[in-house]
Amino acid sequence: MSKIWLIILASGLGTLLFTDPGAAVTAMTNGSAQAVSLAINLVGVYGLWLGLFGILERLGAADRIAKLLHPLIRFLFKGIDAQTEKYITMNMSANLLGLGNASTPMGIGAVTRMSEGRKTASQNMIMLVVISATSLQLLPSTVIGMRATHGSTAPADFLIASTVATVLSTVVGIALVKLCGRLFPDDKAEARASAGVGKRRRKRVAPALLRSARSRKP
Amino acid sequence: MTAYVIPLIFLTVLIASFFKKKDAYGMFVEGSKGAIELMVSVFPYLLTVMMAVEVFRVSGVSAAVANFISPVMRCIGIPAELTELMLLRPLSGAGSMAILDNVYTLYGADTYIGRCASVIYGSSETIFYIAAIYMSRVEFKRLRYAIPVALIATFIGCIVGCLLLRVT
Repeated sequence: MSKIWLIILASGLGTLLFTDPGAAVTAMTNGSAQAVSLAINLVGVYGLWLGLFGILERLGAADRIAKLLHPLIRFLFKGIDAQTEKYITMNMSANLLGLGNASTPMGIGAVTRMSEGRKTASQNMIMLVVISATSLQLLPSTVIGMRATHGSTAPADFLIASTVATVLSTVVGIALVKLCGRLFPDDKAEARASAGVGKRRRKRVAPALLRSARSRKP
Repeated sequence: MTAYVIPLIFLTVLIASFFKKKDAYGMFVEGSKGAIELMVSVFPYLLTVMMAVEVFRVSGVSAAVANFISPVMRCIGIPAELTELMLLRPLSGAGSMAILDNVYTLYGADTYIGRCASVIYGSSETIFYIAAIYMSRVEFKRLRYAIPVALIATFIGCIVGCLLLRVT
């Protein structure tokens, strides 16, 4: 992530230096401003879904949905506690309903809980990120709406192909995580991180980039 | 159809809490309390990623990279015109939506290119954004093989989806 960010930003700025230096500041300011307006919107969205989740949890409904999805979650995630399982259940249900933003708070909660006491990402954490990142979008309503405004005669006629694509991407994602979990076991990565061996070059780049983002935390 | 789903969920929950004699109002307030605190930890990542992606897009580098790899894309059955969309889709929702809109305007929504673009946008997610946000509260930031796996999986889905469009 840090490396990709560096490449994207540096290549963009480098190019603008030669083509249109004035646009660089505008682009950076615009991007940041977009983040602020998105953040304000998202606070509302998060509040709404966290509120609903608050009720669901107290009603015991979260437990019941968790029990329903239990076999699936047991297959995908090994050795997680009940609270994490509840978070994952809510995250996956929201994703299935096409509520990407509603699933985010639960996803953060689950990943954070699973990371406790670790130094590297576990297979469970990676599994959840991959499932969310390849999430099943059963009804891409944004695209259908956009096609309709562009005068499409059958705005939803790509749905079969799109459904196959989204299901396939999730299945391939899960299979690849399972495979990578065999190839690169958690405990080896963990042992390497504690021993401090490994690629030093990487280590130096990542903390320097992230320190500024993290320094605001108490 | 989906328009009914969310209101129905809320209504069901409200009715259930009424019959269980639980204070739905208080529980909702309690739950939504976490929203601002959550955004405080998410926001720096949001800004960092979106700022860089905007520079990447405006500078024309994304278009240039897309130009460079488009012959490869054509080989695997994805129209070369859609390379920039595929490139930006995992990075930015708003940025790739602007490009999708542009594709519809240039080539039409009902052409093969337009339908392919719909599949690419409709079946994938902003992978980098999700990875950054999910990890925002975790001490370490490296996600090992998560991003490559998600990218490969999405890519395979898109290729097959576009192939299907040729058949149907």
